[in-house]
Amino acid sequence: MAGLGETLGRAATWPFTLMARAVDPPLRVWQRWTGTGGMAAVFLAPNLAIFGVFVLIPLVLNFVYSMTGGTGILLDQRPFIGMEQYGRLLECEDYTRRITCREDQFWTAVTNTAGFVIFQVTLMVVVSLITALILNRNIRGRGFFRAVFFFPVLLSPVVVGLIWRWILQREGLLNLIAVNLGLEPEIWLNDRFYAFAATIGVSTWAHMGFYTLILLAGLQAIPRDLYEAAEMDATPPSRVFRRITLPLLGPNFAVVLVLALIRSVQIFDEVYVLTGGGPGTSTLYLTQYIYEVGFASILRNPGLAAAASILMGAVLVVLTLLQLWLSRRAEGRRAR
Amino acid sequence: MKFTMTSFVALAVAGFGSVAFAQGRTEIRVMWYSDGIEGEVMQDLLDRFEESHPEIDVVLDNVAYQVIQEQLPIQLASGQGPDIARVTNLKEQAEHWLDLREYVEDPAYWETNFGDRFDWMRPDGSDAIPGFMTQLTLTGGFANKTLFEQAGVEMPGEGATWDDWIAASKEVMESQQLPAAFAIDRSGHRISAGTASYGANYIGDDGMPAPIDDGTMSFATKLVEWTEEGLMLPEVWVSAAGTTYRAATDDFINAQIPFYYSGSWLIANLSTKIGDAFDWVATGTPCGTEACAGLAGGAGLVGIKYTQHPKEVAVVMDYLASEEVLREFTERTLFLPAHKGVVEAGGLNFQTDDPNVAPALEKFIAASGESSPLTDALPAWKWGNAYYGTLVTRISQVMAGEISLDEARSMMDQDIADQVGAASQ
Repeated sequence: MAGLGETLGRAATWPFTLMARAVDPPLRVWQRWTGTGGMAAVFLAPNLAIFGVFVLIPLVLNFVYSMTGGTGILLDQRPFIGMEQYGRLLECEDYTRRITCREDQFWTAVTNTAGFVIFQVTLMVVVSLITALILNRNIRGRGFFRAVFFFPVLLSPVVVGLIWRWILQREGLLNLIAVNLGLEPEIWLNDRFYAFAATIGVSTWAHMGFYTLILLAGLQAIPRDLYEAAEMDATPPSRVFRRITLPLLGPNFAVVLVLALIRSVQIFDEVYVLTGGGPGTSTLYLTQYIYEVGFASILRNPGLAAAASILMGAVLVVLTLLQLWLSRRAEGRRAR
Repeated sequence: MKFTMTSFVALAVAGFGSVAFAQGRTEIRVMWYSDGIEGEVMQDLLDRFEESHPEIDVVLDNVAYQVIQEQLPIQLASGQGPDIARVTNLKEQAEHWLDLREYVEDPAYWETNFGDRFDWMRPDGSDAIPGFMTQLTLTGGFANKTLFEQAGVEMPGEGATWDDWIAASKEVMESQQLPAAFAIDRSGHRISAGTASYGANYIGDDGMPAPIDDGTMSFATKLVEWTEEGLMLPEVWVSAAGTTYRAATDDFINAQIPFYYSGSWLIANLSTKIGDAFDWVATGTPCGTEACAGLAGGAGLVGIKYTQHPKEVAVVMDYLASEEVLREFTERTLFLPAHKGVVEAGGLNFQTDDPNVAPALEKFIAASGESSPLTDALPAWKWGNAYYGTLVTRISQVMAGEISLDEARSMMDQDIADQVGAASQ
């Protein structure tokens, strides 16, 4: 039986072995010529090429676009206007009153996004942690519940938006339940507070499975003997959580925080389907603003959209670096 | 085995033959959107065209209206796109249309039958033949006759004002416990018929956008008040940001509102989806203080300048613009005809059993005689969209309680100035 398995294994890997043998001689020649460092560059080149074509070049182009004006789409149709688009985005008579800003919708989007990030990331981390802690216990149907919590992650954001729209709209499921319970129906998505809360709740529901999985992996990597020692010392559970679980989850927390932060600043698709940015502009977030200005508006302004996205990118970089610095500092303190 | 080999060779020859045949055909791609059944009708007409023109293969790409509005402009700006497209945003993209004058069989035929509306789709001062209007449209209202009858409320008659219609619809709403009295599409184009009725003027003496005037604000104020009073369906205008287009067609079809202001292009759609669920009528545009005029428009079929096959495009366009084909298209799609010969010949045999359709079409044809200086000028004015976009954005914000009407007025002026400024850079 082992012989058959070995034969099958060889058969399956045969094309790769053949390919490796074929490329081996030229690579050896190449390595003699470039040295080991040069070989690293060779192996990195395909990934760098993909990164360059799909990330770096668009980033540079975006920056160039942000310094052009006019209504043309191609660069050669657009005059260079320097930092004018940035000036337009940041121009305000009174920064405490958004409507005095020249691009008031940009500031509305910035404020809304800031609120969304604070509430959504906090909720996401707390809910993911609680879910991970529960799923880490030896409960019945643990595999089933893990699948249930992860399932929304597999859904397309458009599907998520539509499902919740059908639940929350005037003739939706929630109102049907409310009416059957003798309550007054509500147009949930027409209320500023409910609509904002819905965007936070829906995006948390849709993505928490992913973060739960990261935290669960962290929880399972914590050595059991630490908990056993704590149990022998009759340490209260809250102290065990604060002194063992939380500190050892630190690296996973850092990953979850950075990813959740980036994802929530970039929030767009499910919210666009769910609320369209409304009511009014109360759920207009930055990415939708950029999309509206650059693509969906009747008279589109790619330069202004590019400038807004560069500013958003800059904020994301700062937040990520800050986050990493804080988590490394915390790790360093723990190590001491 | 011999049979198998012979069959294989025969199949291979046939395959190569068909490839060679296909390679000999010129492919023309038409980007097309539908409001109702016109996509099916057009496919049928094109199938017949291909039978008589085996050298041309016409591919009808059915897309959502949003694709025409958002993706086609980007394709055009980069010098790409289909060979032919059905477009509503005609004037603003006029630089991208192919001038068919030197390619069509008889330019005089085109001038005679479509010439009145060439200015809607070509740059100012040009004598190009860019295409033709597949249909004329006119904004106007629809009322759910059954709901009015059930409520015992008489429908306002000729010369009724916006206030009359909203007051009557309010009675129906209260009687039938409906969520709202009326809805108007979330579109600057749609509400411009209302602003025109109250004497709005968007166009300055120099042809550039004029400041927002009292006529515009009168109708905007009414819309806001009607929303605050719970008379206008809030989901359409309040529940979205920016210039997002939203129609209330489904709400009318589902009998959630007794009165709906949209346009003639919906007739086939309403007929198909409402069926005999209830009776409905077209009402024309309610009157304001100055006029009772709907806003004309329509979809145009235009050749794209970047096509590699302008001659073949012209052959397809000649066929589709012919009186016989357009008559059939009009009769089957239940659209208002845009072909002068078809209009003058009359006797259109609209193909429907729905008793609501013929009176609705007649109402829109009669309403097309009503006009105002603004509604006459808007279809051929290149800055119309600058106005439409900001009207929708800012009035929605007022409805949502974010800004006041006065603030909205100055912000709309600023938005339009910014648009003009960007375009002149």
